[in-house]
Amino acid sequence: MIYEVFRQEREGQPFQHGGSLEAPNLVFAEAYAREFYGRRDESFALWIVPRDAVREVREPYVADVFDRDYRRVDGYSLKVKLKEARERAGTAPAG
Amino acid sequence: MNAQELLRLADDELILGWRNSEWTGIAPFLEEDVAFSSIAQTEIGHARAWYELAAKELDTDADSLAFDREPDEYRCAPLVEMRMADDWARTIARHWLYETADRIRIQVLLNSIDREVAGLAEKIDREETYHRIHAEMWAERLRDEPAFRKAVEELWPYALGVLPEDQRSLLCEAVERDEGEAIERSGHTEDLRPLWEEMTMVRRSVPGASW
Repeated sequence: MIYEVFRQEREGQPFQHGGSLEAPNLVFAEAYAREFYGRRDESFALWIVPRDAVREVREPYVADVFDRDYRRVDGYSLKVKLKEARERAGTAPAG
Repeated sequence: MNAQELLRLADDELILGWRNSEWTGIAPFLEEDVAFSSIAQTEIGHARAWYELAAKELDTDADSLAFDREPDEYRCAPLVEMRMADDWARTIARHWLYETADRIRIQVLLNSIDREVAGLAEKIDREETYHRIHAEMWAERLRDEPAFRKAVEELWPYALGVLPEDQRSLLCEAVERDEGEAIERSGHTEDLRPLWEEMTMVRRSVPGASW
């Protein structure tokens, strides 16, 4: 069985995917994960998850047909508007 | 602690580390290959630490103790000498019996009045924790396999011989077996000499060289 191992480098940090390993059961997976991701004190904690338990979702967006960029925090670019405003005020940076 | 006692510990760890390292590249699957090789390497590291203590008393160095003695000068238990690199069940039976015995020995050393010995035992014990987790999980997995049971039966007298007599009852308790006859450290198995030939081959090729 394949297990995915997530590691937390320091206390309080988010867990990040470290890699995967093959083991006959969770006890073996834990021992191998300790060896591969913990032995050199490089992880504060580990999550060991059977790959089957991970639901993978491909193309996770829902149909994005209307222009609703304004709902998104990254959707409203100030760059152009700021440039225009500066030009109007005559304070545009040189170049 | 006298040098002969230290040599028993060091020789056990060196020779077993060497035997376990024979699985590097041929273990049953890759994860196990990495884990078991790593265990072999830490055993050899522990041997080095014990040799260093013994070397101070004998006014020599760890390398000379590890590689420049004749085979019959080694003080290791026959259990660690046997070549098992084609038999995983037997290897695990030895690993489990040895680690269980070693734990008992280390527990005693933790209370040694020799502070250097007690300090080193504490450091080694922390790494041995991983060896025990590994040995226990495999013993549990193979417990009902006839090949494993047969190997434990065969190796039991050798396992008793790893420990001094006054510590053997603790091993019996730990693995739930009756004591019986022990195979003592007084002699060596036939497997030691070929191991020694190979282990010291490079060192002997240029005697006295500084590497």
